[in-house]
Amino acid sequence: MSDLTKLTAAELAATIASGDVSAVEVAQAHLDRIAAVDERVHAFLHVDTEGALAAARDVDAKRAAGEELGPLAGVPIAVKDVLATKGVPTTAASKILEGWRPPYDATIVERLRAAGTVMLGKTNMDEFAMGSSTEYSAYGPTNNPWDLGRIPGGSGGGSAAAIAAYEAPLAIGTDTGGSIRQPGAVTGTVGAKPTYGGTSRYGLIAFSSSLDTPGPCARTVHDAALLHSVIAGHDPRDSTSIPQAVPDVVAAARLGATGDLTGVKIGLVTEFNGEGAEPGVMAAYRDSIEALTKLGAEVVEISCPHFQYALPAYYLIAPSEASSNLARFDGVRFGLRTGDDGRHSLEEVMSLTREAGFGPEVKRRIILGTYALSSGYYDAYYGQAQKVRTLITRDFTSAFEQVDVLVSPTTPFVAFPFGSRTGDPYQMYLADLFTIPTNLYGGPAISVPCGLSEGLPVGLQIMAPTMADDRMYRVAAALESTVGVLTPPAL
Amino acid sequence: MAAISREEVAHLARLSRLAVTEQELDTFAGQLDVILQSVARIGEVAATDIPPTSHSVPLTNVFRDDVVVPGLTQEAALSGAPDAEDGRFRVPRILDEEA
Repeated sequence: MSDLTKLTAAELAATIASGDVSAVEVAQAHLDRIAAVDERVHAFLHVDTEGALAAARDVDAKRAAGEELGPLAGVPIAVKDVLATKGVPTTAASKILEGWRPPYDATIVERLRAAGTVMLGKTNMDEFAMGSSTEYSAYGPTNNPWDLGRIPGGSGGGSAAAIAAYEAPLAIGTDTGGSIRQPGAVTGTVGAKPTYGGTSRYGLIAFSSSLDTPGPCARTVHDAALLHSVIAGHDPRDSTSIPQAVPDVVAAARLGATGDLTGVKIGLVTEFNGEGAEPGVMAAYRDSIEALTKLGAEVVEISCPHFQYALPAYYLIAPSEASSNLARFDGVRFGLRTGDDGRHSLEEVMSLTREAGFGPEVKRRIILGTYALSSGYYDAYYGQAQKVRTLITRDFTSAFEQVDVLVSPTTPFVAFPFGSRTGDPYQMYLADLFTIPTNLYGGPAISVPCGLSEGLPVGLQIMAPTMADDRMYRVAAALESTVGVLTPPAL
Repeated sequence: MAAISREEVAHLARLSRLAVTEQELDTFAGQLDVILQSVARIGEVAATDIPPTSHSVPLTNVFRDDVVVPGLTQEAALSGAPDAEDGRFRVPRILDEEA
Protein backbone atom coordinates (compact mmCIF):
# COMPACT_ATOMS: atom_id res chain seq x y z
CA MET A 1 0.00 0.00 0.00
CA SER A 2 1.36 3.41 -0.98
CA ASP A 3 1.98 5.81 1.88
CA LEU A 4 -0.14 8.33 -0.01
CA THR A 5 -3.28 6.32 0.68
CA LYS A 6 -2.60 6.47 4.43
CA LEU A 7 -2.58 10.28 4.53
CA THR A 8 -5.60 12.27 5.60
CA ALA A 9 -7.38 14.54 3.13
CA ALA A 10 -5.91 17.61 4.86
CA GLU A 11 -2.39 16.16 4.57
CA LEU A 12 -2.90 15.22 0.92
CA ALA A 13 -4.19 18.70 0.04
CA ALA A 14 -1.20 20.33 1.74
CA THR A 15 1.27 17.99 0.03
CA ILE A 16 -0.26 18.64 -3.39
CA ALA A 17 -0.40 22.40 -2.79
CA SER A 18 3.28 22.43 -1.84
CA GLY A 19 4.22 20.61 -5.03
CA ASP A 20 5.86 17.70 -3.19
CA VAL A 21 3.56 15.32 -4.99
CA SER A 22 1.25 15.73 -7.97
CA ALA A 23 -2.50 15.23 -7.92
CA VAL A 24 -2.03 12.60 -10.62
CA GLU A 25 0.34 10.62 -8.37
CA VAL A 26 -2.19 10.80 -5.53
CA ALA A 27 -5.06 9.71 -7.79
CA GLN A 28 -2.99 6.86 -9.24
CA ALA A 29 -2.02 5.64 -5.75
CA HIS A 30 -5.69 5.37 -4.80
CA LEU A 31 -6.66 3.76 -8.12
CA ASP A 32 -3.90 1.20 -7.52
CA ARG A 33 -5.23 0.53 -4.03
CA ILE A 34 -8.74 0.03 -5.44
CA ALA A 35 -7.33 -2.40 -8.01
CA ALA A 36 -5.54 -4.30 -5.25
CA VAL A 37 -8.32 -4.66 -2.68
CA ASP A 38 -11.74 -3.85 -4.11
CA GLU A 39 -12.36 -7.33 -5.43
CA ARG A 40 -12.52 -8.36 -1.76
CA VAL A 41 -14.18 -5.23 -0.34
CA HIS A 42 -16.55 -4.36 -3.23
CA ALA A 43 -16.91 -0.76 -2.10
CA PHE A 44 -17.22 0.51 -5.68
CA LEU A 45 -19.92 -0.09 -8.29
CA HIS A 46 -18.02 1.94 -10.89
CA VAL A 47 -14.43 3.21 -10.96
CA ASP A 48 -13.91 6.22 -13.23
CA THR A 49 -10.19 5.87 -13.92
CA GLU A 50 -10.07 8.20 -16.92
CA GLY A 51 -12.24 10.86 -15.29
CA ALA A 52 -10.18 10.78 -12.10
CA LEU A 53 -6.85 11.13 -13.89
CA ALA A 54 -8.22 13.93 -16.09
CA ALA A 55 -9.45 15.84 -13.03
CA ALA A 56 -6.08 15.32 -11.33
CA ARG A 57 -4.22 16.57 -14.40
CA ASP A 58 -6.43 19.65 -14.35
CA VAL A 59 -5.46 20.39 -10.73
CA ASP A 60 -1.78 19.95 -11.56
CA ALA A 61 -2.10 22.30 -14.53
CA LYS A 62 -3.80 24.96 -12.42
CA ARG A 63 -1.11 24.69 -9.78
CA ALA A 64 1.60 24.96 -12.43
CA ALA A 65 -0.12 28.08 -13.77
CA GLY A 66 -0.09 29.64 -10.32
CA GLU A 67 -3.86 29.56 -9.89
CA GLU A 68 -5.26 29.50 -6.37
CA LEU A 69 -6.34 26.00 -5.31
CA GLY A 70 -9.21 25.15 -2.98
CA PRO A 71 -8.69 23.48 0.41
CA LEU A 72 -9.32 19.99 -1.03
CA ALA A 73 -7.84 20.43 -4.51
CA GLY A 74 -6.45 17.17 -5.86
CA VAL A 75 -7.89 15.07 -3.02
CA PRO A 76 -9.57 11.86 -4.24
CA ILE A 77 -13.18 11.25 -3.30
CA ALA A 78 -15.74 8.48 -3.71
CA VAL A 79 -19.41 9.32 -4.27
CA LYS A 80 -22.39 7.22 -3.22
CA ASP A 81 -24.13 5.94 -6.33
CA VAL A 82 -27.35 7.74 -5.43
CA LEU A 83 -26.03 11.14 -6.62
CA ALA A 84 -26.28 12.03 -10.31
CA THR A 85 -22.88 12.30 -11.99
CA LYS A 86 -22.84 13.62 -15.54
CA GLY A 87 -21.79 10.93 -18.01
CA VAL A 88 -20.81 8.52 -15.21
CA PRO A 89 -23.03 5.49 -14.47
CA THR A 90 -25.53 6.14 -11.67
CA THR A 91 -27.72 3.27 -10.54
CA ALA A 92 -28.71 3.74 -6.87
CA ALA A 93 -27.58 0.08 -6.75
CA SER A 94 -30.74 -0.92 -8.61
CA LYS A 95 -31.20 -3.01 -11.73
CA ILE A 96 -33.88 -0.57 -12.84
CA LEU A 97 -31.19 2.07 -13.51
CA GLU A 98 -28.46 -0.27 -14.79
CA GLY A 99 -26.31 1.54 -17.34
CA TRP A 100 -27.96 4.94 -16.84
CA ARG A 101 -25.60 7.88 -17.37
CA PRO A 102 -27.20 11.11 -16.11
CA PRO A 103 -27.06 14.12 -18.42
CA TYR A 104 -26.35 16.44 -15.46
CA ASP A 105 -24.47 16.65 -12.14
CA ALA A 106 -26.06 16.89 -8.70
CA THR A 107 -25.31 20.23 -7.01
CA ILE A 108 -23.02 18.51 -4.54
CA VAL A 109 -21.07 16.87 -7.37
CA GLU A 110 -20.80 20.26 -9.10
CA ARG A 111 -19.35 21.72 -5.90
CA LEU A 112 -16.91 18.83 -5.52
CA ARG A 113 -15.69 19.35 -9.09
CA ALA A 114 -15.42 23.13 -8.59
CA ALA A 115 -13.35 22.53 -5.44
CA GLY A 116 -10.89 20.43 -7.44
CA THR A 117 -11.56 17.12 -5.74
CA VAL A 118 -10.87 14.05 -7.86
CA MET A 119 -13.83 11.68 -8.15
CA LEU A 120 -12.61 8.08 -8.17
CA GLY A 121 -15.99 6.49 -8.77
CA LYS A 122 -19.37 5.54 -7.38
CA THR A 123 -19.84 3.51 -4.22
CA ASN A 124 -22.08 0.59 -3.39
CA MET A 125 -25.19 0.98 -1.28
CA ASP A 126 -28.49 -0.61 -0.38
CA GLU A 127 -30.83 -0.29 -3.36
CA PHE A 128 -32.32 3.24 -3.39
CA ALA A 129 -30.70 3.72 0.06
CA MET A 130 -33.20 1.32 1.64
CA GLY A 131 -31.35 -0.85 4.12
CA SER A 132 -28.97 -0.97 7.04
CA SER A 133 -26.35 -3.42 5.81
CA THR A 134 -25.63 -2.95 2.05
CA GLU A 135 -26.96 -6.49 1.60
CA TYR A 136 -29.81 -5.10 -0.51
CA SER A 137 -27.58 -3.83 -3.32
CA ALA A 138 -28.65 -5.41 -6.62
CA TYR A 139 -24.95 -5.80 -7.42
CA GLY A 140 -23.90 -7.77 -4.34
CA PRO A 141 -22.91 -6.65 -0.85
CA THR A 142 -19.91 -4.65 0.32
CA ASN A 143 -17.65 -6.37 2.84
CA ASN A 144 -16.51 -4.66 6.05
CA PRO A 145 -12.71 -4.12 5.92
CA TRP A 146 -12.55 -5.01 9.65
CA ASP A 147 -13.98 -8.49 8.95
CA LEU A 148 -14.86 -9.39 5.38
CA GLY A 149 -17.60 -11.74 6.59
CA ARG A 150 -19.53 -8.91 8.19
CA ILE A 151 -21.71 -6.07 6.93
CA PRO A 152 -20.24 -2.56 6.49
CA GLY A 153 -23.47 -0.92 7.62
CA GLY A 154 -26.00 0.63 5.34
CA SER A 155 -27.18 2.13 3.25
CA GLY A 156 -23.85 3.86 2.61
CA GLY A 157 -21.73 0.78 3.25
CA GLY A 158 -19.68 1.30 0.10
CA SER A 159 -18.67 4.85 1.02
CA ALA A 160 -17.70 3.88 4.57
CA ALA A 161 -15.83 0.76 3.46
CA ALA A 162 -13.90 2.70 0.81
CA ILE A 163 -12.67 5.03 3.56
CA ALA A 164 -11.84 2.22 6.00
CA ALA A 165 -10.01 0.23 3.30
CA TYR A 166 -7.83 3.24 2.33
CA GLU A 167 -9.33 3.25 -1.16
CA ALA A 168 -10.32 6.91 -0.72
CA PRO A 169 -9.64 9.51 1.99
CA LEU A 170 -13.09 11.07 1.56
CA ALA A 171 -16.54 9.94 0.45
CA ILE A 172 -20.04 11.31 0.12
CA GLY A 173 -22.98 9.50 1.70
CA THR A 174 -26.65 10.26 2.18
CA ASP A 175 -28.49 9.89 5.47
CA THR A 176 -32.25 9.24 5.58
CA GLY A 177 -32.43 7.27 8.83
CA GLY A 178 -28.74 6.91 9.69
CA SER A 179 -27.15 5.83 6.42
CA ILE A 180 -23.99 7.90 6.90
CA ARG A 181 -23.56 7.55 10.67
CA GLN A 182 -24.43 3.87 11.01
CA PRO A 183 -21.90 2.65 8.39
CA GLY A 184 -19.38 5.06 9.92
CA ALA A 185 -19.85 3.45 13.33
CA VAL A 186 -19.43 -0.16 12.19
CA THR A 187 -16.39 0.59 9.97
CA GLY A 188 -14.55 2.77 12.49
CA THR A 189 -14.84 5.92 10.38
CA VAL A 190 -16.37 9.37 10.82
CA GLY A 191 -19.78 10.02 9.23
CA ALA A 192 -21.76 13.24 9.56
CA LYS A 193 -25.37 14.03 8.74
CA PRO A 194 -25.57 17.81 8.27
CA THR A 195 -28.68 19.80 9.17
CA TYR A 196 -31.51 18.84 6.80
CA GLY A 197 -31.56 21.62 4.21
CA GLY A 198 -27.92 22.48 4.90
CA THR A 199 -26.77 20.38 1.93
CA SER A 200 -28.53 20.34 -1.41
CA ARG A 201 -30.68 17.40 -2.51
CA TYR A 202 -30.74 18.55 -6.15
CA GLY A 203 -29.59 15.59 -8.23
CA LEU A 204 -30.00 13.13 -5.37
CA ILE A 205 -32.18 10.17 -6.38
CA ALA A 206 -34.94 10.67 -3.84
CA PHE A 207 -35.87 8.03 -1.26
CA SER A 208 -37.69 10.01 1.43
CA SER A 209 -37.60 13.68 0.47
CA SER A 210 -38.35 15.12 3.90
CA LEU A 211 -35.47 13.17 5.45
CA ASP A 212 -32.70 12.59 2.84
CA THR A 213 -29.53 14.53 3.69
CA PRO A 214 -26.19 14.23 1.85
CA GLY A 215 -23.06 14.47 4.00
CA PRO A 216 -19.38 13.65 4.44
CA CYS A 217 -17.54 10.42 5.31
CA ALA A 218 -13.86 10.52 6.32
CA ARG A 219 -11.22 8.94 8.56
CA THR A 220 -10.86 12.03 10.77
CA VAL A 221 -13.25 14.65 12.14
CA HIS A 222 -11.17 17.45 10.60
CA ASP A 223 -11.39 15.84 7.14
CA ALA A 224 -15.16 15.43 7.52
CA ALA A 225 -15.44 19.12 8.43
CA LEU A 226 -13.35 20.15 5.40
CA LEU A 227 -15.63 18.16 3.10
CA HIS A 228 -18.74 19.43 4.88
CA SER A 229 -17.67 23.03 4.27
CA VAL A 230 -17.16 22.33 0.54
CA ILE A 231 -20.56 20.73 -0.11
CA ALA A 232 -22.83 22.70 2.26
CA GLY A 233 -24.65 25.94 1.56
CA HIS A 234 -27.81 27.28 0.00
CA ASP A 235 -28.96 25.97 -3.37
CA PRO A 236 -31.89 27.76 -5.04
CA ARG A 237 -32.59 24.61 -7.09
CA ASP A 238 -33.67 22.80 -3.89
CA SER A 239 -36.80 24.28 -2.30
CA THR A 240 -35.87 22.82 1.09
CA SER A 241 -32.36 24.28 1.06
CA ILE A 242 -31.90 26.71 3.96
CA PRO A 243 -30.85 30.21 2.84
CA GLN A 244 -28.41 30.79 5.68
CA ALA A 245 -24.66 30.80 6.06
CA VAL A 246 -23.15 27.46 7.08
CA PRO A 247 -21.45 27.54 10.49
CA ASP A 248 -17.65 27.30 10.45
CA VAL A 249 -17.35 23.58 11.07
CA VAL A 250 -13.62 23.48 10.23
CA ALA A 251 -12.80 26.02 12.92
CA ALA A 252 -14.99 24.06 15.34
CA ALA A 253 -13.11 20.83 14.56
CA ARG A 254 -9.77 22.58 15.13
CA LEU A 255 -11.03 23.99 18.43
CA GLY A 256 -12.22 20.55 19.54
CA ALA A 257 -8.88 18.99 18.64
CA THR A 258 -7.27 21.03 21.42
CA GLY A 259 -9.07 18.66 23.79
CA ASP A 260 -10.73 21.33 25.89
CA LEU A 261 -14.49 21.02 26.43
CA THR A 262 -14.75 23.40 29.35
CA GLY A 263 -18.17 25.05 29.36
CA VAL A 264 -19.75 22.45 27.07
CA LYS A 265 -22.88 20.80 28.45
CA ILE A 266 -23.63 17.31 27.15
CA GLY A 267 -26.95 15.48 27.56
CA LEU A 268 -27.35 11.72 27.79
CA VAL A 269 -30.74 10.57 26.54
CA THR A 270 -32.38 8.76 29.45
CA GLU A 271 -34.49 6.60 27.15
CA PHE A 272 -31.33 5.28 25.40
CA ASN A 273 -30.44 3.30 28.49
CA GLY A 274 -28.99 0.30 26.73
CA GLU A 275 -32.15 -1.69 26.17
CA GLY A 276 -31.65 -3.65 22.97
CA ALA A 277 -27.95 -2.71 22.75
CA GLU A 278 -24.97 -5.03 23.09
CA PRO A 279 -23.08 -4.80 26.42
CA GLY A 280 -19.79 -4.14 24.60
CA VAL A 281 -21.32 -1.18 22.75
CA MET A 282 -22.66 0.28 25.99
CA ALA A 283 -19.27 -0.20 27.70
CA ALA A 284 -17.48 1.75 24.95
CA TYR A 285 -20.21 4.39 25.15
CA ARG A 286 -19.76 4.80 28.91
CA ASP A 287 -15.98 5.01 28.49
CA SER A 288 -16.38 7.81 25.97
CA ILE A 289 -18.68 9.73 28.34
CA GLU A 290 -15.99 9.47 30.99
CA ALA A 291 -13.40 10.71 28.49
CA LEU A 292 -15.57 13.72 27.57
CA THR A 293 -16.02 14.51 31.27
CA LYS A 294 -12.25 14.47 31.75
CA LEU A 295 -11.96 17.00 28.93
CA GLY A 296 -14.06 19.40 30.97
CA ALA A 297 -17.58 18.78 29.69
CA GLU A 298 -20.52 18.77 32.08
CA VAL A 299 -22.71 15.69 31.56
CA VAL A 300 -26.38 15.49 32.57
CA GLU A 301 -29.27 13.14 31.83
CA ILE A 302 -32.07 14.44 29.62
CA SER A 303 -35.41 12.72 29.08
CA CYS A 304 -36.73 12.58 25.51
CA PRO A 305 -39.90 10.53 26.13
CA HIS A 306 -41.06 10.34 22.51
CA PHE A 307 -37.81 8.97 21.07
CA GLN A 308 -39.23 5.49 21.66
CA TYR A 309 -41.75 6.18 18.90
CA ALA A 310 -39.19 7.41 16.37
CA LEU A 311 -38.51 4.02 14.77
CA PRO A 312 -42.17 3.15 14.08
CA ALA A 313 -42.89 6.71 12.88
CA TYR A 314 -39.91 6.56 10.53
CA TYR A 315 -40.97 3.21 9.10
CA LEU A 316 -44.30 4.75 8.13
CA ILE A 317 -43.07 8.13 6.86
CA ALA A 318 -40.05 6.95 4.83
CA PRO A 319 -41.83 4.17 2.88
CA SER A 320 -44.78 6.50 2.25
CA GLU A 321 -42.53 9.08 0.64
CA ALA A 322 -40.63 6.31 -1.17
CA SER A 323 -43.78 4.86 -2.69
CA SER A 324 -44.45 8.27 -4.21
CA ASN A 325 -40.85 9.08 -5.22
CA LEU A 326 -40.26 5.73 -6.90
CA ALA A 327 -43.33 6.09 -9.11
CA ARG A 328 -41.03 7.79 -11.63
CA PHE A 329 -39.34 4.46 -12.38
CA ASP A 330 -41.88 3.33 -14.91
CA GLY A 331 -39.76 2.25 -17.89
CA VAL A 332 -40.65 5.32 -19.97
CA ARG A 333 -38.02 8.06 -19.64
CA PHE A 334 -34.92 6.22 -18.41
CA GLY A 335 -33.63 2.89 -17.25
CA LEU A 336 -35.03 -0.58 -17.71
CA ARG A 337 -38.10 -1.50 -19.79
CA THR A 338 -39.48 -5.04 -19.70
CA GLY A 339 -42.39 -6.62 -21.57
CA ASP A 340 -42.51 -4.13 -24.47
CA ASP A 341 -43.20 -6.85 -27.03
CA GLY A 342 -46.42 -5.52 -28.51
CA ARG A 343 -48.53 -7.94 -26.47
CA HIS A 344 -48.65 -5.89 -23.25
CA SER A 345 -50.34 -2.59 -22.46
CA LEU A 346 -48.45 0.39 -21.02
CA GLU A 347 -49.73 -0.47 -17.56
CA GLU A 348 -48.52 -4.06 -17.89
CA VAL A 349 -45.13 -2.90 -19.16
CA MET A 350 -44.82 -0.64 -16.10
CA SER A 351 -45.71 -3.48 -13.71
CA LEU A 352 -43.38 -5.96 -15.41
CA THR A 353 -40.55 -3.40 -15.52
CA ARG A 354 -40.91 -2.55 -11.83
CA GLU A 355 -41.16 -6.22 -10.89
CA ALA A 356 -37.96 -7.01 -12.79
CA GLY A 357 -36.09 -3.86 -11.76
CA PHE A 358 -36.77 -3.52 -8.02
CA GLY A 359 -35.31 -5.78 -5.33
CA PRO A 360 -37.24 -7.22 -2.38
CA GLU A 361 -36.61 -4.45 0.17
CA VAL A 362 -37.71 -1.77 -2.30
CA LYS A 363 -40.88 -3.68 -3.19
CA ARG A 364 -41.64 -4.27 0.49
CA ARG A 365 -41.34 -0.55 1.27
CA ILE A 366 -43.36 0.55 -1.77
CA ILE A 367 -46.20 -1.75 -0.69
CA LEU A 368 -45.92 -0.64 2.95
CA GLY A 369 -45.97 3.02 1.90
CA THR A 370 -48.95 2.52 -0.39
CA TYR A 371 -50.76 0.87 2.54
CA ALA A 372 -49.89 3.65 5.01
CA LEU A 373 -51.15 6.31 2.58
CA SER A 374 -54.36 4.50 1.64
CA SER A 375 -57.57 6.23 2.62
CA GLY A 376 -58.71 3.78 5.28
CA TYR A 377 -55.40 3.79 7.15
CA TYR A 378 -54.01 7.29 6.52
CA ASP A 379 -55.02 8.77 9.89
CA ALA A 380 -54.02 5.70 11.89
CA TYR A 381 -50.58 5.37 10.34
CA TYR A 382 -49.17 8.22 8.25
CA GLY A 383 -51.09 11.02 9.96
CA GLN A 384 -50.21 9.71 13.41
CA ALA A 385 -46.54 9.34 12.42
CA GLN A 386 -46.40 13.00 11.39
CA LYS A 387 -47.79 13.96 14.81
CA VAL A 388 -45.12 11.85 16.47
CA ARG A 389 -42.62 13.83 14.43
CA THR A 390 -43.90 16.99 16.10
CA LEU A 391 -43.51 15.43 19.54
CA ILE A 392 -39.94 14.31 18.79
CA THR A 393 -39.08 17.81 17.56
CA ARG A 394 -40.43 19.21 20.83
CA ASP A 395 -38.26 16.75 22.78
CA PHE A 396 -35.19 18.00 20.91
CA THR A 397 -36.13 21.66 21.38
CA SER A 398 -36.62 21.15 25.09
CA ALA A 399 -33.34 19.22 25.39
CA PHE A 400 -31.33 21.88 23.59
CA GLU A 401 -32.65 24.52 26.00
CA GLN A 402 -30.78 22.59 28.69
CA VAL A 403 -27.65 21.23 26.93
CA ASP A 404 -25.42 22.03 23.95
CA VAL A 405 -25.43 18.54 22.42
CA LEU A 406 -26.97 15.13 23.04
CA VAL A 407 -24.94 11.92 22.80
CA SER A 408 -25.77 8.23 22.39
CA PRO A 409 -24.24 5.13 20.89
CA THR A 410 -24.59 5.34 17.09
CA THR A 411 -25.71 1.72 16.68
CA PRO A 412 -27.04 -0.84 19.16
CA PHE A 413 -24.62 -3.49 17.91
CA VAL A 414 -21.30 -3.89 16.13
CA ALA A 415 -21.10 -5.10 12.52
CA PHE A 416 -23.08 -8.34 12.26
CA PRO A 417 -22.38 -11.33 9.97
CA PHE A 418 -24.01 -11.35 6.53
CA GLY A 419 -27.49 -12.85 6.40
CA SER A 420 -28.09 -12.76 10.13
CA ARG A 421 -30.90 -10.16 9.93
CA THR A 422 -32.25 -10.31 6.39
CA GLY A 423 -34.98 -12.82 7.26
CA ASP A 424 -36.72 -10.46 9.67
CA PRO A 425 -36.96 -6.90 8.30
CA TYR A 426 -37.91 -5.37 11.65
CA GLN A 427 -34.78 -6.81 13.29
CA MET A 428 -32.79 -5.13 10.52
CA TYR A 429 -34.62 -1.85 11.08
CA LEU A 430 -33.44 -1.84 14.72
CA ALA A 431 -29.92 -1.05 13.46
CA ASP A 432 -31.10 2.56 13.05
CA LEU A 433 -32.73 2.80 16.49
CA PHE A 434 -30.47 5.60 17.78
CA THR A 435 -29.99 7.51 14.53
CA ILE A 436 -33.58 7.98 13.37
CA PRO A 437 -34.84 10.62 15.87
CA THR A 438 -32.49 13.25 14.48
CA ASN A 439 -33.71 12.63 10.91
CA LEU A 440 -37.29 13.26 11.99
CA TYR A 441 -36.18 16.46 13.78
CA GLY A 442 -33.87 17.65 10.99
CA GLY A 443 -30.86 18.53 13.12
CA PRO A 444 -27.24 17.51 12.48
CA ALA A 445 -25.51 14.47 14.00
CA ILE A 446 -22.13 12.84 13.65
CA SER A 447 -20.70 9.40 14.45
CA VAL A 448 -17.12 9.28 15.65
CA PRO A 449 -15.19 6.11 16.61
CA CYS A 450 -15.17 5.66 20.40
CA GLY A 451 -13.55 2.25 20.88
CA LEU A 452 -13.82 -1.43 20.10
CA SER A 453 -16.09 -4.26 21.19
CA GLU A 454 -14.99 -7.81 20.41
CA GLY A 455 -12.37 -6.31 18.11
CA LEU A 456 -14.93 -4.38 16.06
CA PRO A 457 -15.52 -0.60 15.98
CA VAL A 458 -18.12 1.23 18.05
CA GLY A 459 -19.32 4.76 17.27
CA LEU A 460 -20.46 7.62 19.49
CA GLN A 461 -23.28 9.74 18.08
CA ILE A 462 -23.32 13.47 18.83
CA MET A 463 -26.55 15.36 18.01
CA ALA A 464 -26.83 19.15 17.83
CA PRO A 465 -29.56 21.76 17.22
CA THR A 466 -30.58 22.68 13.68
CA MET A 467 -27.90 24.79 11.93
CA ALA A 468 -25.50 24.29 14.87
CA ASP A 469 -23.43 21.71 13.05
CA ASP A 470 -20.26 23.28 14.44
CA ARG A 471 -21.10 22.14 17.97
CA MET A 472 -21.03 18.45 17.08
CA TYR A 473 -17.72 18.81 15.23
CA ARG A 474 -16.13 20.41 18.30
CA VAL A 475 -17.19 17.59 20.63
CA ALA A 476 -16.35 14.89 18.05
CA ALA A 477 -12.85 16.29 17.51
CA ALA A 478 -12.30 16.45 21.24
CA LEU A 479 -13.21 12.79 21.65
CA GLU A 480 -11.01 11.88 18.69
CA SER A 481 -8.10 13.67 20.40
CA THR A 482 -8.27 11.11 23.23
CA VAL A 483 -9.55 7.95 21.48
CA GLY A 484 -7.46 8.41 18.34
CA VAL A 485 -8.15 7.20 14.81
CA LEU A 486 -8.98 3.48 14.55
CA THR A 487 -6.87 1.37 12.21
CA PRO A 488 -8.45 -1.75 10.67
CA PRO A 489 -6.47 -4.97 10.18
CA ALA A 490 -4.39 -5.12 6.99
CA LEU A 491 -6.30 -6.43 3.98
CA MET B 1 -55.33 -11.37 13.99
CA ALA B 2 -53.10 -10.47 11.07
CA ALA B 3 -52.78 -6.72 10.39
CA ILE B 4 -52.62 -7.33 6.66
CA SER B 5 -53.83 -10.21 4.52
CA ARG B 6 -52.27 -11.83 1.46
CA GLU B 7 -55.15 -10.48 -0.63
CA GLU B 8 -54.55 -6.95 0.62
CA VAL B 9 -50.86 -7.23 -0.29
CA ALA B 10 -51.83 -8.39 -3.79
CA HIS B 11 -54.19 -5.41 -4.12
CA LEU B 12 -51.51 -2.96 -2.90
CA ALA B 13 -49.02 -4.45 -5.36
CA ARG B 14 -51.45 -3.83 -8.21
CA LEU B 15 -51.97 -0.23 -7.04
CA SER B 16 -48.19 0.16 -6.90
CA ARG B 17 -47.74 -1.23 -10.42
CA LEU B 18 -45.72 -4.17 -9.12
CA ALA B 19 -46.31 -7.53 -10.79
CA VAL B 20 -45.21 -9.57 -7.76
CA THR B 21 -44.88 -13.35 -7.90
CA GLU B 22 -46.96 -15.80 -5.83
CA GLN B 23 -43.89 -16.58 -3.71
CA GLU B 24 -43.23 -12.88 -3.10
CA LEU B 25 -46.84 -12.43 -2.00
CA ASP B 26 -46.41 -15.14 0.63
CA THR B 27 -43.15 -13.63 1.87
CA PHE B 28 -44.30 -10.01 1.88
CA ALA B 29 -47.62 -10.77 3.59
CA GLY B 30 -45.81 -12.35 6.55
CA GLN B 31 -43.11 -9.67 6.75
CA LEU B 32 -45.47 -6.71 6.34
CA ASP B 33 -47.68 -8.15 9.06
CA VAL B 34 -44.73 -8.18 11.49
CA ILE B 35 -43.74 -4.64 10.49
CA LEU B 36 -47.27 -3.27 10.83
CA GLN B 37 -47.78 -4.87 14.23
CA SER B 38 -44.48 -3.31 15.36
CA VAL B 39 -45.19 0.18 14.04
CA ALA B 40 -48.77 0.16 15.38
CA ARG B 41 -47.20 1.41 18.66
CA ILE B 42 -47.47 4.97 17.38
CA GLY B 43 -51.20 4.66 18.10
CA GLU B 44 -50.28 4.71 21.81
CA VAL B 45 -49.44 8.42 21.59
CA ALA B 46 -52.56 10.41 22.34
CA ALA B 47 -52.03 13.20 19.88
CA THR B 48 -55.37 14.53 18.74
CA ASP B 49 -54.34 18.12 19.55
CA ILE B 50 -50.82 17.78 18.12
CA PRO B 51 -50.24 19.37 14.70
CA PRO B 52 -48.48 17.10 12.22
CA THR B 53 -44.98 17.94 10.95
CA SER B 54 -44.28 17.04 7.34
CA HIS B 55 -40.91 18.80 6.98
CA SER B 56 -38.35 20.05 9.45
CA VAL B 57 -37.91 23.29 7.50
CA PRO B 58 -40.71 25.61 6.32
CA LEU B 59 -41.67 24.82 2.74
CA THR B 60 -41.65 27.73 0.33
CA ASN B 61 -41.90 27.97 -3.41
CA VAL B 62 -38.61 28.75 -5.10
CA PHE B 63 -38.89 31.41 -7.79
CA ARG B 64 -36.36 32.76 -10.22
CA ASP B 65 -36.43 35.58 -12.72
CA ASP B 66 -38.17 34.64 -15.95
CA VAL B 67 -34.97 34.47 -17.93
CA VAL B 68 -33.99 31.82 -20.45
CA VAL B 69 -31.07 29.76 -19.13
CA PRO B 70 -29.33 26.76 -20.66
CA GLY B 71 -31.15 23.46 -20.11
CA LEU B 72 -30.81 19.90 -21.32
CA THR B 73 -30.74 19.45 -25.07
CA GLN B 74 -33.36 17.18 -26.60
CA GLU B 75 -30.63 14.63 -27.23
CA ALA B 76 -29.47 14.76 -23.59
CA ALA B 77 -33.02 14.47 -22.25
CA LEU B 78 -33.62 11.37 -24.36
CA SER B 79 -30.17 9.87 -23.71
CA GLY B 80 -31.37 7.55 -20.94
CA ALA B 81 -34.68 6.55 -22.50
CA PRO B 82 -35.28 2.86 -23.14
CA ASP B 83 -36.82 3.80 -26.49
CA ALA B 84 -37.17 7.02 -28.50
CA GLU B 85 -38.60 7.96 -31.89
CA ASP B 86 -38.57 11.24 -33.82
CA GLY B 87 -37.01 13.06 -30.88
CA ARG B 88 -39.66 11.88 -28.42
CA PHE B 89 -40.02 9.16 -25.78
CA ARG B 90 -41.61 6.11 -27.40
CA VAL B 91 -44.01 4.37 -25.03
CA PRO B 92 -45.91 1.10 -25.33
CA ARG B 93 -49.52 1.37 -26.54
CA ILE B 94 -51.88 2.86 -24.00
CA LEU B 95 -55.23 1.45 -25.23
CA ASP B 96 -56.22 -2.17 -25.65
CA GLU B 97 -57.05 -3.24 -29.22
CA GLU B 98 -60.77 -3.48 -28.48
CA ALA B 99 -60.84 0.01 -26.96
